[in-house]
Amino acid sequence: MTLTMLIAPFVVLNVVIGMVTYVTLLERKFAARMQSRIGPYRVGPHGLLQPIADALKLMMKEDIVPTAADRSIYNLAPIVFLLPCMLIFATIPFAPGLGVADLNIGILFFLAVSAMEIVGLFMAGWGSNNKYALLSAMRAVNQIISYDLPFIFSALVPVLLAGSLRLSDIAAAQGGGYWFIFYPVIGQLAFLFFIISTLAAENRVPFDILEAESELVAGFRVEYSGMKFALIQLGEYAHVIGSSYLGALLFLGAWGGPGPEWLGPIWFTLKAVVLFLLVTWVRWSFVRIRVDQILALSWKVLMPATLLLLVATGMVVVWRIAP
Amino acid sequence: MSGNIPIADREGPRRIEQELTEADRSRRKIEFDYSGGERLSMNMGPQHPSAHGVFRAILELEGEEVVGVDAVIGYLHRCHEKLAETLTYAQYPSIASKTDYVAAMTSEFAYVMAAEQIGKIEVPKRAQYLRVICAELQRIASHLLWLGTWCMDMGGALGGGATIFLYTIRERETILDLFEELVGARLLYGFFQVGGVRYDAPANWIEHCRTTLDAIDGRVVEYEQMLEGNPFFLARAKGVGFISRELAEDVGIAGPLLRGSGVNFDIRKAAPYSSYEDFQFTIPVETVGDCFARYRVRMAEFRQASSIARQALDKLPEGPISSMPGLKSVAQVRIPKGEAYTRVEGPRGEVGCYLIADGTAKPYRMKWRGASFSNLAVLPYIVPGVKVADVPAIMGSVDPVFGEVDR
Repeated sequence: MTLTMLIAPFVVLNVVIGMVTYVTLLERKFAARMQSRIGPYRVGPHGLLQPIADALKLMMKEDIVPTAADRSIYNLAPIVFLLPCMLIFATIPFAPGLGVADLNIGILFFLAVSAMEIVGLFMAGWGSNNKYALLSAMRAVNQIISYDLPFIFSALVPVLLAGSLRLSDIAAAQGGGYWFIFYPVIGQLAFLFFIISTLAAENRVPFDILEAESELVAGFRVEYSGMKFALIQLGEYAHVIGSSYLGALLFLGAWGGPGPEWLGPIWFTLKAVVLFLLVTWVRWSFVRIRVDQILALSWKVLMPATLLLLVATGMVVVWRIAP
Repeated sequence: MSGNIPIADREGPRRIEQELTEADRSRRKIEFDYSGGERLSMNMGPQHPSAHGVFRAILELEGEEVVGVDAVIGYLHRCHEKLAETLTYAQYPSIASKTDYVAAMTSEFAYVMAAEQIGKIEVPKRAQYLRVICAELQRIASHLLWLGTWCMDMGGALGGGATIFLYTIRERETILDLFEELVGARLLYGFFQVGGVRYDAPANWIEHCRTTLDAIDGRVVEYEQMLEGNPFFLARAKGVGFISRELAEDVGIAGPLLRGSGVNFDIRKAAPYSSYEDFQFTIPVETVGDCFARYRVRMAEFRQASSIARQALDKLPEGPISSMPGLKSVAQVRIPKGEAYTRVEGPRGEVGCYLIADGTAKPYRMKWRGASFSNLAVLPYIVPGVKVADVPAIMGSVDPVFGEVDR
């Protein structure tokens, strides 16, 4: 028992890190195709070794700590940021019974932990002692607090439909192809809101006001280099992949798919990758919106809409089981 | 704060200034008990992803809001006007390209026109038409770069902005290919000469021009569909960076900025030069005065420029390309004593050249009127009061090229 408790997180962690490196290559290739370019091509066949070269480069780079930085906070921030981004994988079941911990409050744990990353972001922004980073950290607090509520509300719609907070139960409730995205009206709306709020929670274009390189250069990570930069990058992509897995689990029927049962994890990963590509597609076709517009979108549109949707879902569920 | 506002008797800035001084007084009290309200002064540039070269804006911030801007220029100063005094009339045109390196043809054009006006030198019709074709192709190339960089300023090098940028650069390359066929160079040409142009159009060049223009006309429609159907782009471009008609006229901005604020002024119509009166074209004008209006003006200018270039290609007369062919030495062009101010409509507005000749092979004095420099003067009026994220967007819509600002 203790051995599996040690081995499962180890395997998941390594698989996630391996996925992150190759997901960056996938995104670069995808973006290149959108922009009529070729993308990484030189390292290995079709640039397949590019992520490894990038990782090596980042590891060998000089680690620079600005003189004026708050050293302890500055050094701790990437780890504090990475930790919740990795922890979100703890509750995701990749197949029935295949996961680190199938908590009975799985989704609550996921949402709570993914909101924690703001601490690391703010530490990075504050500890760098840089004005760009400070502004970016302020934006981070604004944005993540605003978007966690619509994110939670839209993620609660499948929870209501399935009647359980346990992620494996939600996945099982969609067995036989009855994915929640096909649930009339409610499913599609919830999926749309979920995608919008994950985009914001992941700080991707059009909501990447934290990075905002046209005004804040690189935002909270402007002073980071080498391995610390790599950790932040790793955390960001891990969060994106984690959210894609969650989206695939909540709306796209998790491991359900044709073929034998052992194909389940592969189906699940494929669905997550499709979601990731959807997010990437949005990223490379929109311009960034302003901080006030982002907050207005969250509090004036998404919040009431998701709340209404949640109430409507509750009514539907009650009406369905009442008679 | 008063240092940030160049013209004291303007109404807009004075209102801001008064508000700030009153607010300052109350804020100074607040600052002591640490309940916020402190100002942050932030440098944007001279090394910054959206500095468009080497512009430095010292922003006064209150949270996300910009309350003051101090523009610092001069990082790219290369003594162009002094340099002109040391170079002959045959040498300088190829150096003039380096003032506005994004639209190199324009400044060459203004310089040779000034020398021709003093010397009363005739320019053959074919040379005039070739000049018009190059100036209009250059306008398209420059606007393409503007569209890409402006979208990058709003949308980021790691987002949709970069996608537009790569598309526009792809099209700009096709125009640079045309210039390369004609001149041999892709960035700085030295195509204009006193008395005419340096090279005649090579074989098939005119046909190649037509196909390139056709392709670009199609792409411009594509950009419009991609941008104007995008709510996030509209949210960023509409209602940002208003320049009223009065402000535009007072500050003396030119080009698409002026026409985006409802002033119908274009030197190609107001004082036609180099046979512009031979061509049918209209001046696009928008009345709103925000970033989106300036965007619309430039998009319409793509079509006008392409139409003018097409007409010139159709009507291109036969004949010599220069009234002073076969120069044996660089000091051979001599201009009699006199002075002249000539202006051309560049992609960024009025580019003027004031030239004093003293009868030798080199000018006595030369002065540039750079469109970017004059347009940049509007920033302190429109930037205070916007959010930080709008500063690059407004900067991009002004479209400065720092080679031309600092010279």
